[in-house]
Amino acid sequence: MFDWKWDFVWEIMPRLLVATGNTLLAAGAGYAIAIVLGLVFALAQRGPSRLLAFVVRELVEFIRSTPLLLQVFFVFFVGPQFGIRLSPWTSGMIAIGLHYACYLSEVYRGGIESVPRGQWEASTALNMSTIQTYRRVIIPQAIPSSLTGMGNYLVGIFKDTPMLSVIGVAELVHTANAIGSEHYRFLEPLTLVGLIFLAISLPAAGLIRLLEGYVRRKLGM
Amino acid sequence: MTIVEFLSTYWPRLLTGTGVTIVQFFLAAFLGVAISLVMGLLKLSPNRMLRGFAISYIEFFRGTSLLVQLFWIFYVLPLFGVSIDKFTAGYVAVGMNIGGYGAELVRGGILSVRKGQWEAALAINLSPAKRMWRIILPQALVNMLPAWGNLMIELLKATALVALISVPDLMFEARQINGSTFLSAQVFGTALVIYYLLARFMITPFMRWLERFMARKLGMV
Repeated sequence: MFDWKWDFVWEIMPRLLVATGNTLLAAGAGYAIAIVLGLVFALAQRGPSRLLAFVVRELVEFIRSTPLLLQVFFVFFVGPQFGIRLSPWTSGMIAIGLHYACYLSEVYRGGIESVPRGQWEASTALNMSTIQTYRRVIIPQAIPSSLTGMGNYLVGIFKDTPMLSVIGVAELVHTANAIGSEHYRFLEPLTLVGLIFLAISLPAAGLIRLLEGYVRRKLGM
Repeated sequence: MTIVEFLSTYWPRLLTGTGVTIVQFFLAAFLGVAISLVMGLLKLSPNRMLRGFAISYIEFFRGTSLLVQLFWIFYVLPLFGVSIDKFTAGYVAVGMNIGGYGAELVRGGILSVRKGQWEAALAINLSPAKRMWRIILPQALVNMLPAWGNLMIELLKATALVALISVPDLMFEARQINGSTFLSAQVFGTALVIYYLLARFMITPFMRWLERFMARKLGMV
């Protein structure tokens, strides 16, 4: 029955903390890819080419409605079939980055569409190019309304990193499983992993809410 | 092996896998909706204990990974004497997780019903239970249905994780076939398309229909 062993907890804690570092690294790197790629996807859907907009739209829909776990397997296993070998980390980052890029592109799209039309007209009147308009007028104003969504997906990507364990990325769940099968004890490692996730995601969600309020006040909204 | 040859060889296994995925989806959806309703209402309860319980539930299930919750239910709960088979563990974990997200939608939906409706229900002397069930909830449902459409797709994607505790769903079958044939592009590609078809041509149209149906029923068209 209930036999929680504290000395076992202290014994495995260092390994779990290293794994926590890996989880944070995976989430951070994946998010960095997603932020940039998401903007590309969002702008491509608003670009002059109808064909490109259509293709990107369908791609985003496809990736958003299929499981990330399957995409992780797809990226990891399909490369070698065609002679491209990707490490677990590389394929994991590609899969999770691409998946969240699609979510973020929707967030950006919403943000860009929330900027009033008058801003575009004013920029045209000032003889600004499209790129200048986006960079100096539209995107800065789209950021505040995108912040909530961006923050939610940052926490979301953090909680989805355990899916990378299936291809051997040594993040928290992978490490907990390894410890569990070495010692035939799953109670402590899995419970600790759950607590570590809570200890990071709850304060993170709180911080994001504070930041959001701060940015809104700063921009006088 | 061409895709046609591949499909004619392996379609029975992919089909049974899809069947298991659909069953898991419905069971998890049923449980998830029930939990959402209970927790959403409890979070609005005037009783501090009940509210605290709902808040802890929601924050716990939204703050940790589904994969961690699934492993915990499957590997750790038996240590406390609660043994559940993998099939049940699968949909229970997914349903409880989605319930945490759905509870926030229920809460938001109820709060979005205009104040006049509450006052009118009070004025015609409806009991609190009747007021909630007959007046507030139907209108809240219409308001929150679009968000539920997205959550249902998230739910479908979440069911893929049950493959990791060996529930023989579509994801599991795809992995098994990949393990014995290494036809990764064909098998994972097919599985991705099946998930996409389920999401785009079954869940989305059904939720759209439900939105229209409910709106018509309440005379809100």
